[in-house]
Amino acid sequence: MKAFQTLTGTAAPLMEKGKLMSNVDTDMIIPKQFLKTTTRTGLSKGLFHELKTKADGSENPDFVLNKPQYAKASILIAGENFGCGSSREHAPWALLDQGITCVIAPSFADIFHNNCYKNGILPVRLPVDVCAQLAAQAGGANHVFTIDLETQTVTTPDGVVHSFEVDAGRKSNLMAGLDEIGASLTSASEIDAFESRRRHMTPWLERAG
Amino acid sequence: MAGKTLYDKIWDAHVVHTDAASGESLLYIDLHLIHEVTTPQAFDGLKTAGRKVRRTDLTLAVADHNTPTENQAAGLAGVKDPEARNQLETLTRNVAEYGIEYFPMGDIRNGIVHVVGPEQGRTQPGMTIVCGDSHTSTHGAFGALAHGIGTSEVEHVLATQTLRARKMQNMAVEVTGKLRDDVTAKDLALHIIAQTGTAGGTGYVIEYRGEAIEALSMEARMTLCNLAIEGGARAGLIAPDEKTLEYMKGRPASPKAGAWEVAESYWKTLYSDDDAGWDTVIRIDGPSIEPTITWGTSPEQAIPLSGKTPVPEEIVDPVKRAAAERALDYMGLEAGVPIAGTPVQRVFIGSCTNSRIEDLRAAAEIAKGNHVAEGVRAMVVPGSGLVRAQAEAEGLDIVLMEAGFEWREPGCSMCLGMNPDILSPGERCASTSNRNFEGRQGRGGRTHLMSPALAARAAINGVIG
Repeated sequence: MKAFQTLTGTAAPLMEKGKLMSNVDTDMIIPKQFLKTTTRTGLSKGLFHELKTKADGSENPDFVLNKPQYAKASILIAGENFGCGSSREHAPWALLDQGITCVIAPSFADIFHNNCYKNGILPVRLPVDVCAQLAAQAGGANHVFTIDLETQTVTTPDGVVHSFEVDAGRKSNLMAGLDEIGASLTSASEIDAFESRRRHMTPWLERAG
Repeated sequence: MAGKTLYDKIWDAHVVHTDAASGESLLYIDLHLIHEVTTPQAFDGLKTAGRKVRRTDLTLAVADHNTPTENQAAGLAGVKDPEARNQLETLTRNVAEYGIEYFPMGDIRNGIVHVVGPEQGRTQPGMTIVCGDSHTSTHGAFGALAHGIGTSEVEHVLATQTLRARKMQNMAVEVTGKLRDDVTAKDLALHIIAQTGTAGGTGYVIEYRGEAIEALSMEARMTLCNLAIEGGARAGLIAPDEKTLEYMKGRPASPKAGAWEVAESYWKTLYSDDDAGWDTVIRIDGPSIEPTITWGTSPEQAIPLSGKTPVPEEIVDPVKRAAAERALDYMGLEAGVPIAGTPVQRVFIGSCTNSRIEDLRAAAEIAKGNHVAEGVRAMVVPGSGLVRAQAEAEGLDIVLMEAGFEWREPGCSMCLGMNPDILSPGERCASTSNRNFEGRQGRGGRTHLMSPALAARAAINGVIG
């Protein structure tokens, strides 16, 4: 996994009728027809597919990531409960493939939130009103924000600094770009010991053969 | 010291290691269910790193998301979509290479992963169960801690048989009193989500309790726990009881005589103590719940069948108001009108939520002696080969086909439309599945979630109601 430390880049606000779009679900982030891949790459073509294209397949010029100033956005600002729905890791893979490595929202759905941390994407939780302010700024002429994971801050284009909370363990893993499986395998002797206890405690769970 | 909840007990029994600095635990996994869509990249990762599958005996593979629901006897060669076929072939290769038990398409034991686990007796009380699919919460009906994981986590479980996890909070949803005769677990689940919202359960494991829950059959409990994720919860749980044991007896992977008695004495310890500490308690009055369906594009946008679509101007919360405006627009519905009477063009009875034998019986009971309305296409997709065989033994297939329903082979099908079963733009579908998100069942498709009985009625009447 690629480490995340600091990021300075364009922030794109995902809006709906003048408000940050809430309950952006995983079908919206990457619809089913793009889940048939066997790789983690190339998924940006499916990112927000039904928002960014019209029914006839042509590009929707009103969609934020289709606007020239946001084409290279690396930060996405959205509303509450971002990433609700399925466990598909294709959602963070698609964001990553688009170059987005930070999502700012008031809240995230559980599995999506987990999946971000497994892929070097930082999900930043900030209060609804702060997210709305950030979105208003991102919609203006200068939309370059800086995210610093070490200091846990978001700095707006006009220099206002907002602090965010992040779990200490997740923070250190993300900053180091930790190979989690490799790290967990250092506990192999504890897993062995657990399995030997398990054979005695719940023997019916041992499957013969 | 306060007592423990059921979740606390299962959690404590599976912690291998807790990192003091991060608070993250390695949780041992008793059953890892895998399918074709969320595993290819995980197996690739294992191969690249030269790692093995630690416990092939605790891993079970099925093909379900991509599989066509017609002509499965033709095998993978008969899968027309080359990308879907490639994914199914990749799973077939991977399970052979690593020696993992696999129920391929066409095997009578094949079906939707969350139907197969319980049916085979692989799902048991007190277990930890994960799968790269959010509706893994279904297995919580047995008092197992079960939830969806991403593909990176699938790879982690394959390699270590553990999951990196943080303890969630405990929520009790207590449903008091008896449910009305015409109210099913699906109505109850949608009613709960309409109360708590799709994010109401975020950060929690929910235990469903109370008289109305105890009265539910095992299949109904699976429907309820299946939808825990739609309320944002990590998992849903119901304490095992006599019904649980009765359901499990004699299933292929259930403990055999001798082992059963030992297992049963453990299972009987799996309940929340009277003095357990709950972080949140929600009480729902069972008798007041009506048959419930969704009108919008989020499972929380649910109303009684007797209700009306919302009027956005009357919604105070600006975020919910904007969401309602967008949803009404997408769904092609007027504000403030009765939902009953809305015409449908498609009906889907199936999915990991509602494709078990009781669901098919409920649909067949409505269908018997009636006929699908003109202009409506209605499809019944059993949850597994065994459910299909059982339904055929009971003659339900004949009843449904005579009524004009299509009788299909098992799979996830139109719930997520990865296979050829999808809606066309603007088509309205009465669906027993779990998500009514925009485009879920096909671009521009309009999904109303409801119980099998209501979906069958919509098929016969041509309108919701």
